[in-house]
Amino acid sequence: MSKLQDVAVLGAGPAGMAAAVRLRALGVPVALIDEQPAPGGQIWRNVEGNENTAVGKALGSDYAAGAAAAAALNESGCVLRFGNQLWQLEDAQPEAKWRVFVKAGGGLDMLPASAVLLAGGAQERPNPFPGWTLPGVVSVGAAQILMKTAGQIPEEPVWIAGSGPLPLLYMTQLLALGGKIAGYLDTSPRGNLAAALPHLPRALAAWKDLRKGLGWLQTLRRSGVPVVKDVAEIAAAGNDRLESLTYRPRGSKAVTVPARLLLVHEGVVPGIHVTMAMGCAHDWRDDQVCFAPRLDGWGETSRAGLYVAGDGAGIGGAEAARLRGEIAALGIACKLGKLSEAEARQLAAPLRRALDRALAPRRFLDALYRPRPEVFAPAEETVVCRCEEVTAGQIRRAAGKGGPNQLKAFTRAGMGPCQGRQCGYTVSHLLAHSLNSSAAEVGFFHVRPPLKPVTLGELATLEIEEATP
Amino acid sequence: MTGGNPTTLYDVVVVGGGLHGLSAALHLARGGARVGLLERAWIGRHASGASAAGVRTLGRPIAELPISLEAMAMWHDIRGLVDDDCGFHMHGQIKVAENASELAGLRQRDEQLRALGYRHEEIVDAQELRRLLPPIAPHCVGAAVARDNGAADPHRTLQAFRRSAEAAGVAIYEGCGVERVESVAERWRLCGSRATVEAPVVVNAAGAWAGRLAALFGDGVPLGTKASMMIVTERVAPYIAPVVSCAGRALSFKQTDRGTLLIGGGVQGRFDLQAEKTTVDFVALRRAAQAAIALFPSVVGVAMTRVWAGLEAKTEDLLPVIGPSPSAPGLLHAFGFSGHGFQLVPVVGAIIAELAASGSTTRQIAPFALERLTVKEAAA
Repeated sequence: MSKLQDVAVLGAGPAGMAAAVRLRALGVPVALIDEQPAPGGQIWRNVEGNENTAVGKALGSDYAAGAAAAAALNESGCVLRFGNQLWQLEDAQPEAKWRVFVKAGGGLDMLPASAVLLAGGAQERPNPFPGWTLPGVVSVGAAQILMKTAGQIPEEPVWIAGSGPLPLLYMTQLLALGGKIAGYLDTSPRGNLAAALPHLPRALAAWKDLRKGLGWLQTLRRSGVPVVKDVAEIAAAGNDRLESLTYRPRGSKAVTVPARLLLVHEGVVPGIHVTMAMGCAHDWRDDQVCFAPRLDGWGETSRAGLYVAGDGAGIGGAEAARLRGEIAALGIACKLGKLSEAEARQLAAPLRRALDRALAPRRFLDALYRPRPEVFAPAEETVVCRCEEVTAGQIRRAAGKGGPNQLKAFTRAGMGPCQGRQCGYTVSHLLAHSLNSSAAEVGFFHVRPPLKPVTLGELATLEIEEATP
Repeated sequence: MTGGNPTTLYDVVVVGGGLHGLSAALHLARGGARVGLLERAWIGRHASGASAAGVRTLGRPIAELPISLEAMAMWHDIRGLVDDDCGFHMHGQIKVAENASELAGLRQRDEQLRALGYRHEEIVDAQELRRLLPPIAPHCVGAAVARDNGAADPHRTLQAFRRSAEAAGVAIYEGCGVERVESVAERWRLCGSRATVEAPVVVNAAGAWAGRLAALFGDGVPLGTKASMMIVTERVAPYIAPVVSCAGRALSFKQTDRGTLLIGGGVQGRFDLQAEKTTVDFVALRRAAQAAIALFPSVVGVAMTRVWAGLEAKTEDLLPVIGPSPSAPGLLHAFGFSGHGFQLVPVVGAIIAELAASGSTTRQIAPFALERLTVKEAAA
């Protein structure tokens, strides 16, 4: 059992780092916990390792900015626990509010904390289509991780199918590193533009971000990469691995091409597994087509002492994450008595104004890249839950009033090691469609512990005194 | 709120959409009764959906043996009852002794059973134990075995009982908790959140909440709660076939058809009956992992993928309450199975149907009368 830190921050991306540094500056003892071996989160993954390298240069200036944040963290005096996986969070009244169970180097440990800040970020939106589980089909996010951690890029020309800023950024980075792109299948519906335009004036407040995006599009155009617009359906096929790819642009015929590697991406959604497991209240975000934890102005969830900052609070990007991290830090410091309410409000005011600016382009981007309806309505034989190999057809047939949890029991969808991270949203959408309801109404799976697999041997040797009843 | 719901008349209303409620409803409907079943959440929400689904006569309280043996025969022909095998396999149940004194205890029970004329259990030596369970730890010295026992798949069982009950004409109201009970002429009126039903006979199969339901009818029931935790692991290669328990530890250990290991044995989680919620207590659950590793050292590196706890009622003597209410005419109880009710599902439904139809039963249910609990409480 580790020493009590006042605050445990989970996740060392822009939000977690900013929060930890700010809390330390306010004199609050902090432990920062992350699964990765070094700071950065997803966006700045391995930022220290890539400093002054060709890969670092190709990743761009937004990426390089992470080095300063990592340096500030290293000097902050936080207890840094890298390579630590959160597998369970418990409310442990009254002695210390929270017990944070982590797994590190084959052993388990528990950190008591008065407040917990979840800064675990986002995950890629589940995107089932025929053949998506074949070797050779990878998410753009996973490909970018390989680029950042190992400087690895695909040797052969890759097909990229998807929507949103990430595929554009990845393609720019890939081209800068000398990678080849067979073609970009843009899956954002053409009709999205009309819905997005009313949000453009507000988005112009963040003209720098928009200019960045336009730059990516320009790079792509200049590179001569074939681009197919408004692709409604894709399917991967092959024996044992990807051999061909079929795509159908909306309103036209399907085209089949040979393919060895296909990267896919349909946007990101907040990681909600921990807040769901803790029974926090969540709201449906129709603008981002996902659930997000219900938070107060300081990022506190419906459970006292449990906070969320960063993309886990709603997708906002790195700058918004950093600002939300700092705002949450002020809220926590205030709750712990390190700041008066007036001081916290005063310090937060400029951060809130900056957050407003950082979030300015969201409505425009969310509307422009709103996922096509096909993402939520896979064909009958398409596998939805890859852990338990449950198809969309099986889920439709089992759809009933008991909601996602009864459906889980009946079909086993969501019962595998990923705990429904890969199928939760698809199941909610399929169920909503069958019941003539909405995903917001239908809700989400109950999330069961442990949050990450733990072995029986590890649990057997957990060294913590049992609570007295 | 309830005033707006039209009243539906039934011969019997069953409260509780767990397996015992479904089984009672099924037997009643097959006997010709019009049956309505009220379930506050959804079918199998609590204990039935969280069960390890052991089908076991091994080690059962002597008082339960007559009905448990009858239930065992019903399990062997479960398809005849619900037109599905419910995932039941007769791979046996084994209670392992880790030392001579535990084995002596098992032998003592065996002698007691034989004196009473029961032959469903037997004692096996270390060699036979190893043949039945190759990966068992070398220190284990013997076991009690019931070879015709086994385990089923709880969700498959729930679906099969539900399908059969509906096919027999049972009207199932999910999402309909009982809010108020009134006595109207010769009938009970149950006002639920989305339906009002009336019937001369009501079955209380409300599981962990059976005490609260009984109180609405004027029956005071001293009832405890169990929140037994279960672990399911990742899939592993075929490991063992029988269901294993242990004479000296709280453990139940089996491998499912899918290859996952299911580990329980009664280690208790935390619960909130009002909020209908359970919380896993990993520090307590550690004991289940320790017990599993003690008997099967090679599972030490197997990863747990999910942990949960189900909620159910526990009586003081750990025997169920089955039979008519002492005070409310027409109210039949079937609850308090105290962590070992799954195997009894087919037979208890038949008993309830018999009681509803004729007011009496040929089965031996005297030990399960509610009075045994209330009388004791009055005396205390």
